[in-house]
Amino acid sequence: MFQVRIHGRGGQGVVSAAELLSVAAFKENKHAQAVPNFGSERMGAPVMAFCRVSDKPIRLREPVMEPDALIIQDPTLLNQVDLFHGLSEKGYILINSTKSFHELGIEEFVTKFPKDHLTTIKATDLALQHVGRPVPNAPMLGGLAALTGVFTLEALAEAIREKFPGQVGEANIAAITEAYESTKSIMNN
Amino acid sequence: MLQQVEGSHGIAEAVALCRPEVISAYPITPQTHIVEDLGAMVKRGDLGNARFMTVESEFGAMSAAIGSSATGARTYTATSSQGMLFMAEAVYNASGLGLPIVMTVGNRAIGAPINIWNDHTDSMSMRDSGWIQLYAQSNQEALDLHIQAFRLAEAVSCPVMVCVDGFILTHAYERVDIPEQKQVDEYLPSFQPRQVLDPNRPISIGAMVGPEAFTEVRYLEHHKQLEALKIIPTLQKEFHEKFGRDSGGLVSGYRTEDADTLIVALGSVNGTIQDVVDEMREDGVLIGSVSICSFRPFPLAALREVLKKAKRVIMLEKSFAVGLGGVVDPNIRMTLRGISKPIYNIIAGLGGRAITKKSLHEVFDKAIKDELEGTHFLDLQWDIVNKEIEREKQQPRSGPIAENILRDIGSVASDIA
Repeated sequence: MFQVRIHGRGGQGVVSAAELLSVAAFKENKHAQAVPNFGSERMGAPVMAFCRVSDKPIRLREPVMEPDALIIQDPTLLNQVDLFHGLSEKGYILINSTKSFHELGIEEFVTKFPKDHLTTIKATDLALQHVGRPVPNAPMLGGLAALTGVFTLEALAEAIREKFPGQVGEANIAAITEAYESTKSIMNN
Repeated sequence: MLQQVEGSHGIAEAVALCRPEVISAYPITPQTHIVEDLGAMVKRGDLGNARFMTVESEFGAMSAAIGSSATGARTYTATSSQGMLFMAEAVYNASGLGLPIVMTVGNRAIGAPINIWNDHTDSMSMRDSGWIQLYAQSNQEALDLHIQAFRLAEAVSCPVMVCVDGFILTHAYERVDIPEQKQVDEYLPSFQPRQVLDPNRPISIGAMVGPEAFTEVRYLEHHKQLEALKIIPTLQKEFHEKFGRDSGGLVSGYRTEDADTLIVALGSVNGTIQDVVDEMREDGVLIGSVSICSFRPFPLAALREVLKKAKRVIMLEKSFAVGLGGVVDPNIRMTLRGISKPIYNIIAGLGGRAITKKSLHEVFDKAIKDELEGTHFLDLQWDIVNKEIEREKQQPRSGPIAENILRDIGSVASDIA
């Protein structure tokens, strides 16, 4: 089982991101479960969503307690939410930021995780550039696919096309593709 | 067809396949997506001549459902939480009149303190209303139970609630198999009402009944539920034959055969419990679990058959009768009347408190050692509780409990030091 926890704020598409991940996994004949963990929905409030992927049917209904991968769509949550809770030592961390881990002040903290499991992605910039709205969710998924190899770019694109047919979908696919490729190139360097 | 969809969408598709003629509903979280989806289907013309009635309240929703069902229309509605309370009077009327309405309950806590998250307080508040209540373990079962519910409701002329855990199921995306229309048509014949309001053949429904006949009318409501006890397993069997899936039934056991310890629960928490059962079995613990699907009618005989051989029974429930203990627990004690064995009651998951495998392992271990108190509150933060009790002792005007406790808990930032 591979478990992803996505942190962000209301309006950043956190819940949609988990849903898209689950659909992408389903497209590859895997079992997947996406669940939001949100409160009284309002713009800007901290929001969490989970996605589990497995080769077997998933019966577990607890929140993701020990994620294999963390997507942090808004680094300002660092001081508000216990973002890294339960993350395994082999975990992946993706943060939406133009800054480095050093500039975010967590360089020392992340040394306990494998170096090639860590990346920051300028997802908001990519979303603005391709979609015209500051919604970082889709580019972060592109980064996740590149970093973990658990999800393919093709399946993600198919899931996005299904949920957002037409130009909005295509723009998002362009954004995740760029995020995927730039993450890959960082990993190769 | 296999699809990866939100639980609410799966339920809406199932209801649509049952060819409802009237849907009346008022939105309330977490049920809203179901009726929004159905509303969109009606607007697109996917449901033929079906009418979607937007009403002014939940009381209006159930009242409209009573009216439409009484004219012989297959009728559906959905609600949650305070919405259920607001329609309470009409809920009793629907069952008292014997109208086979199907209602989804997107299970949610009841305030105050206001809380939108999942527990079973809402449907349990109506457990004695005369409605049949079925609880779904998964989104697939939620979908399937709706198809069975219309058939069951119409077979006994009694309304049915399909109880689905709010957020945990209603908002979860997972794989479901959505049946073909032809299959559902073959399983669910058209509605043949026992009583119809028809201007061409006028009758009245809803007479005032005094002491001379009230007990008899009530008993006949009970009789319908006893009939339902016999019909539910048949519907389950026929469903399996038609759709190839095990869904519904009175109770379903998991690794119960040689179990010393049996956990009983309702709804989606059964999935987590089954995972824990598997893990404990690997360590050689003889443990199993039982999901109660039909809570009303309560399957005394079927459940007794499953539970009688176990050394101890643990009733884990998401409902709580303040001043007593569990709501379901006394039903278990009635089930096992005359058989002596420890019965432990665990109150868990209130107001959306996560029920984790870790906590379940700990509490089941304790129960197996017979070290658990009679009523146990899973993961209750005693320090927080005791602090407030102390505050109330010390300060004559100690203030509102909810606000005090939230202040005590504070918020938790990332541990990056």
